Amino acid sequence: MDHLDQLEAQSVFILREAYRKLKPLAMLWSLGKDSNVMVWLAKKAFLGRVPFPVMHVDTGKKFPEMYKFRDEYAKKWDLDLLLGTCPPVEEMDPSLPPAARSAARKTAGLAAMIEKHKLQGVIAGIRRDEQGTRAKERVFSPRGASHKWDIRNQPPEFWDQYATPHEEGMHIRVHPLLSWREIDIWRYIEREGIPLVDLYFAKNGKRYRSLGDQDITNPVESNASTLAEVIAELETTRTSERSGRAMDHESEDAFERLRVAGYL
Amino acid sequence: MTNTLSPSVAQSQEPATPIVIVGHVDHGKSTLIGRLLHDTDNLQDGKVAQIIASSKKRGLKVEWSFLLDSLQIERDQGVTVDSTRIPFLLNKREFVIVDAPGHRQFLRNMITGAADAEAAVLVVDAAEGAREQTRRHAMLLHLIGIRHVIVLLNKVDLLDFDQAKIEAAEKSVSELLTKLDLEAALFIPASARDGDNIASRSDRMPWYSGPTLTEALAQVPSPASRAELPLRLPVQDVYRFDDKRYVAGRIERGRVRVGDTVIIGTQKTPAKISSIASWHTAPQISAAAGQSVAVTLEPDVIPDRGDLLHKSETPPVAASRIRTRLFWLRQEPLRVGESFHLRLATAEHAVTVTSIDSVVNLDDLQKYAGEEVPAEGFAEITLSASETILFDPFVPGTADGRGVLVDRQQRIVGGAPLLGPAAIADGEKVIHPTGSTVTTQDRTRAKGHRGGVFWLTGLSGSGKSTLARATEAALFADGVDVTVLDGDTLRAGLCKDLGFSEADRTENVRRAAEVARILRDAGQVVLVALISPLLSDRALARQILGEEFAEIFVDADLATCEQRDPKGLYAAARSGKISGFTGIDAPYEAPVSPALHLKTSAGSVESETKTLASFIKDTVRLSGALKARS
Repeated sequence: MDHLDQLEAQSVFILREAYRKLKPLAMLWSLGKDSNVMVWLAKKAFLGRVPFPVMHVDTGKKFPEMYKFRDEYAKKWDLDLLLGTCPPVEEMDPSLPPAARSAARKTAGLAAMIEKHKLQGVIAGIRRDEQGTRAKERVFSPRGASHKWDIRNQPPEFWDQYATPHEEGMHIRVHPLLSWREIDIWRYIEREGIPLVDLYFAKNGKRYRSLGDQDITNPVESNASTLAEVIAELETTRTSERSGRAMDHESEDAFERLRVAGYL
Repeated sequence: MTNTLSPSVAQSQEPATPIVIVGHVDHGKSTLIGRLLHDTDNLQDGKVAQIIASSKKRGLKVEWSFLLDSLQIERDQGVTVDSTRIPFLLNKREFVIVDAPGHRQFLRNMITGAADAEAAVLVVDAAEGAREQTRRHAMLLHLIGIRHVIVLLNKVDLLDFDQAKIEAAEKSVSELLTKLDLEAALFIPASARDGDNIASRSDRMPWYSGPTLTEALAQVPSPASRAELPLRLPVQDVYRFDDKRYVAGRIERGRVRVGDTVIIGTQKTPAKISSIASWHTAPQISAAAGQSVAVTLEPDVIPDRGDLLHKSETPPVAASRIRTRLFWLRQEPLRVGESFHLRLATAEHAVTVTSIDSVVNLDDLQKYAGEEVPAEGFAEITLSASETILFDPFVPGTADGRGVLVDRQQRIVGGAPLLGPAAIADGEKVIHPTGSTVTTQDRTRAKGHRGGVFWLTGLSGSGKSTLARATEAALFADGVDVTVLDGDTLRAGLCKDLGFSEADRTENVRRAAEVARILRDAGQVVLVALISPLLSDRALARQILGEEFAEIFVDADLATCEQRDPKGLYAAARSGKISGFTGIDAPYEAPVSPALHLKTSAGSVESETKTLASFIKDTVRLSGALKARS
């Protein structure tokens, strides 16, 4: 088995654990490259189908290409798509810096979806190499009734034995891509032929390396217009993937505050 | 992949090797990692500037640990709280560096980070020597099965790079590791802060001719393949999609091929692998260790989650009593008699701790006899299950015998690398009980109710026998096949060789439970009326009787019991004529969560009898009314 085979087998194992142990279960689909890989891995785990709903918590501020992609592939992949909305920014914590405050809308939208569908498991496509606080995550990360991430009291997780909910109102964030790196995602997309929004590929010297809301996501300088060129670029890059995400850079702990409150 | 890839890319497709950095708090783990990433050019642009800014803000010089301590609390308090993993490239080989916290408080996070590492770097402050967490971490490396250990003797600048002093430090750490059956692959004298012997050879220790840390890492062996070992495929789940049944699971070792005959679980059902199913993958006729597969079976049997698929010629060990090492993660001690679930790959078994065989003293790392495993301690214990467990003893570098204990709230409370079946004690006979051909369903149908055991515990004089006899009469009148096993009645015959020492009392409980089991299995409702004062004795009874064991607390306060004193025993105990009498000079441990709690100080015998009889009828009742005895 090579590196990608190993990552794939581990993610399939995690998805099957989640499907067995957490009911009801749903997968977050942000329409980005990582969550497309995640949907793909679910199809691998369940022999061509995704046997639980796929949720898009819509900020209403995504790129038009992303909405088009969503509607096309929800059909092609036969997904049970659940749509959620996000409250206006005025209702968010005013002490957060502007971009983080905007991103916090998604936390609130997600919380509402979890409550509405009484979800016990939410599958999310975060990775350890994206950001320092994500590096400290568990594969099965328990959240209390308030959805807060209790970083000081994370459960032990070893030998592939994961936490299960034991209290009313709790849910588990399941992270099947935690051990994948950005370049693994791209190599897997190339190997499997997974479809993507073309915003990831360079036009006029710029491309998006990471996709979020239009107003708080910036493209990077790049001439990589094919999968092979993107992979070649990442093999030599020295900047971080989320450098185009405004909310990560506003203050030292802005992103951590978002995540503790329930952001992904 | 295509063959147009450059050699460097092709090479980096090998799975990454995880390396965990452990050691006592403040011995320099995070600094070492920062240095290592910096000196090997593994840092992203802007990262160094960010660290300098964060350090300056807190009035510090360059604080390398900020690279990994990404939580605000970690930076503010200068302590690593949780493990981090970061990818790390060394001469085109991929590693994952795992930074584990050194504080005792965050032991569970250290294990989380370390458990799947291929190798460990144990960082020891050469001037300070091994400390408590050095010993604890070394012990854990041994228990989680990490064989390749590199000892980094850090801060040797504080020893003036002196060969004799450094070698003395090396000797003392080496002695410690030997006690744990761990052998260090290497000792490297280094200064992480200044970079000596990390990525480049130190010119301040010309006497040292061994490798630098990066050279040592390059020598760490890649994970050995498990594909050639005998097959173990634990069933993770069974799906039914489009009228086809799929058995899903990850192959822990060995391989499966279409056409192979496998044996399923303890029921030993044979079945043939008729296909290996997949989506968007070339058709497979075989799969090997590490792969998550979905197979179809012929005949189309339905295994349970946890069933182990194996080949008939290479079966796992089968036992219901297992000896295991234990790293205990709860903040409170562990005692004999506590029950847990033992998770083993995808299986889950109810187990009880039947003995604590030895406890490790962390000061000298020796094993001692002990009554309890202290909070976050290490021990060897024996677990018993009411069913047969299939397992392989723990072998480092494989998934074999990786037991994990979870409590009733499903919290992980310990790791249990299984040693093997508990040895048969001297004089214990090896026996092969025969099973009845009359099934439980047959008996239940004939009697009109299920069998069951209702265990009445309470002080002498609390009313156990009175209540048991009255309830017996009431149930019999309702057509229930019922028997009472009463303490004094048992002691008059079956147990007349026993006295009242703690050991004899335990034996009395054991015999009562075994008789109750025989009667219960024959379909009867059994009321056991026995003081059975100790939690551990009643846990033993539960162990023998399994889930159909209802603990009934017959609760009267001591003053009431002593006033009733139907047998004159309290008076005798008070005057010293008898000793070891429960409630007077021997303890009574009340049930923690009894199935039924009857307070007999106040209520009448009639009303308590009614309560107990209706509780029992509800428990053993089949749907519909009990069969009338006419």
